[in-house]
Amino acid sequence: MTTTVKGRFGRFGGQFVPETLMTALQELEEAYDQYKNDEEFQNELKYYLKNYVGRETPLYFAERLTDYCGGAKIYLKREDLNHTGAHKINNALGQALLAKRMGKKKIVAETGAGQHGVATATACALLNLECIVYMGAEDVKRQALNVFRMELLGTKVVAVEKGSATLKDAVNEALRHWVTNIDDTHYILGSALGPHPFPTIVRDFQRVIGDETRAQILNLENRLPDAVVACVGGGSNAIGMFYPFVEDQDVALFGVEAAGKGVATGLHAAAIQGGQTGVLHGAFMYLLQDENGFVQEAHSISAGLDYPGVGPEHCHLHESGRAKFDTVTDDEALEGVKLLCRTEGILPALESAHAIYYASKLAKTMSPDEILVICLSGRGDKDVHTISEALGGNLS
Amino acid sequence: MSQLKDAILATTANGDKAFVPYIMAGDGGLEKLQSTISKLQELGVTAIEVGIPFTDPVADGPTIERAGERALANGTTLRKVIETLAGFASEIKVPLVAMTYLNPILAYGVEQFAQDASAAGIRGVIIPDMPLEEKDIIHPALQEANIALIQLVSLTSTPERVERLTKASEGFIYAVTVNGITGARSSFANELEEHFAKIQDYTDTPVLAGFGISSPDHVKSFGAFCSGVIVGSKIVDSLANDDWATIEELVLASKVATVR
Repeated sequence: MTTTVKGRFGRFGGQFVPETLMTALQELEEAYDQYKNDEEFQNELKYYLKNYVGRETPLYFAERLTDYCGGAKIYLKREDLNHTGAHKINNALGQALLAKRMGKKKIVAETGAGQHGVATATACALLNLECIVYMGAEDVKRQALNVFRMELLGTKVVAVEKGSATLKDAVNEALRHWVTNIDDTHYILGSALGPHPFPTIVRDFQRVIGDETRAQILNLENRLPDAVVACVGGGSNAIGMFYPFVEDQDVALFGVEAAGKGVATGLHAAAIQGGQTGVLHGAFMYLLQDENGFVQEAHSISAGLDYPGVGPEHCHLHESGRAKFDTVTDDEALEGVKLLCRTEGILPALESAHAIYYASKLAKTMSPDEILVICLSGRGDKDVHTISEALGGNLS
Repeated sequence: MSQLKDAILATTANGDKAFVPYIMAGDGGLEKLQSTISKLQELGVTAIEVGIPFTDPVADGPTIERAGERALANGTTLRKVIETLAGFASEIKVPLVAMTYLNPILAYGVEQFAQDASAAGIRGVIIPDMPLEEKDIIHPALQEANIALIQLVSLTSTPERVERLTKASEGFIYAVTVNGITGARSSFANELEEHFAKIQDYTDTPVLAGFGISSPDHVKSFGAFCSGVIVGSKIVDSLANDDWATIEELVLASKVATVR
């Protein structure tokens, strides 16, 4: 008998899920294949992205940051200006529209920092879908503001106390919820993770970031950038930014993982730099694990990067050498926050601050006639308590 | 030939129904494993499903998840379970079926796992997060070691999938009785009997029902339209409370004198 292996990026990805989910994944794949080329669906998505989300987002020349770094010309892709404050709405809205077309009335989602949860709660309010969001109890504490926002939007937030009580445990519970309510529920996975077809769907709904960037930079500079930098937890903003540039071999792609307290300490979230290949949440990918194959807790000051795996397409971009992956620590990310605040008057999300810090070092090594684009994936309003605490302040 | 399938067929040839209890290895300490297996054998179970704890057991409900957490807290690993079983392999009279998520096997090394598991009396493997489409990652190594790779068939599986899963399953077919995760339930869908009949149409491999079976009545009613049952959460709970009377009643319900 022949078996077909679907949804691979090189040797990564796949569909490692319980049999109960296989039919749902197949339905999702068929529905997605139908609607991704459906003009009416795409027009509806475009309408909401323009009039509701506020796209396209600016590609902004960060002149003072450029001067400060003293190297490449730095542009910021302003995903922080999206409705709800981050790139997550691009995918949440796309999948919610898809769910509606599929006749699903209920949505389940997981969230780490709460940005995907807020984005999903928002899309569900807009489209009149019932929504339940699982969130690690640790993250509920760290991101109280986003929990309140979701509840205001009419979503039920369930705190997950199990395991490390962070994003991976929220995904476990969301998957369990989906398995048990498969008939009327769609799972809006928030990152470029999970079983096929999720990594592809999320990438396609996020590629608007890279598509816009490509057109904007050609318009502004009449050429492509030399380097593109994005932070990588699961990797949704990064894959959305990278994907339209993958065939452009002269555009160097840099993914920045969270090194937490340092990769050598073991307290980090750098799956590619500090993990081994394994299977979790439906995909074969780089994974933080011990010698027994038990999944280890990730550590990062940024709740949105605090995940022990990384999207399968990034694993492939790493293995093929097309993208370079590196890490930035908690302390360095905080430097990134301060740097962008003081040079540009922009408070970045802690996730995005990893990319800011890395890019500020990278830019120094490049020449002034080179161009570097940073994906500023979200704004940092949600993080002020965490940042204050880390810098020794006391807001609460 | 599959020793597992033979054991089930030998049971049903008597008119009995196969009874496969699920235990969480390391719950209460790995030192309990030998006596638990030995007592279950004495009660006349057909095979024993040995659960391996995992950090992220997405297919398991609260009872088994908590048992897994207790086992992990005891330091239980796939390697230690296999070593423990190998230590009393000569006393294991019934086929063992390991239920483990995929990643611990990948970390162990697929070929090495198959060899060591076979030497420890493991005759079948259930991997709840590895659907048929992904089986090539491990199936050749299991075949080499004569370990059956058991497929789960769910209520959501399309007819085309049911046929493929049923034909591919080795040892027995694990027919999931509910949409969802493991755990005791009081009610089941009405169309189950028809679902089971369809599955059995495709194959002479025995079909066992599992997920949510928690009472002697469940054992009898499911036994009436398949080759036997797998009982998980109820056994795990009973073992945690050292309640062997409940386990004995469940096993007895599968025996010929009590099946109507």
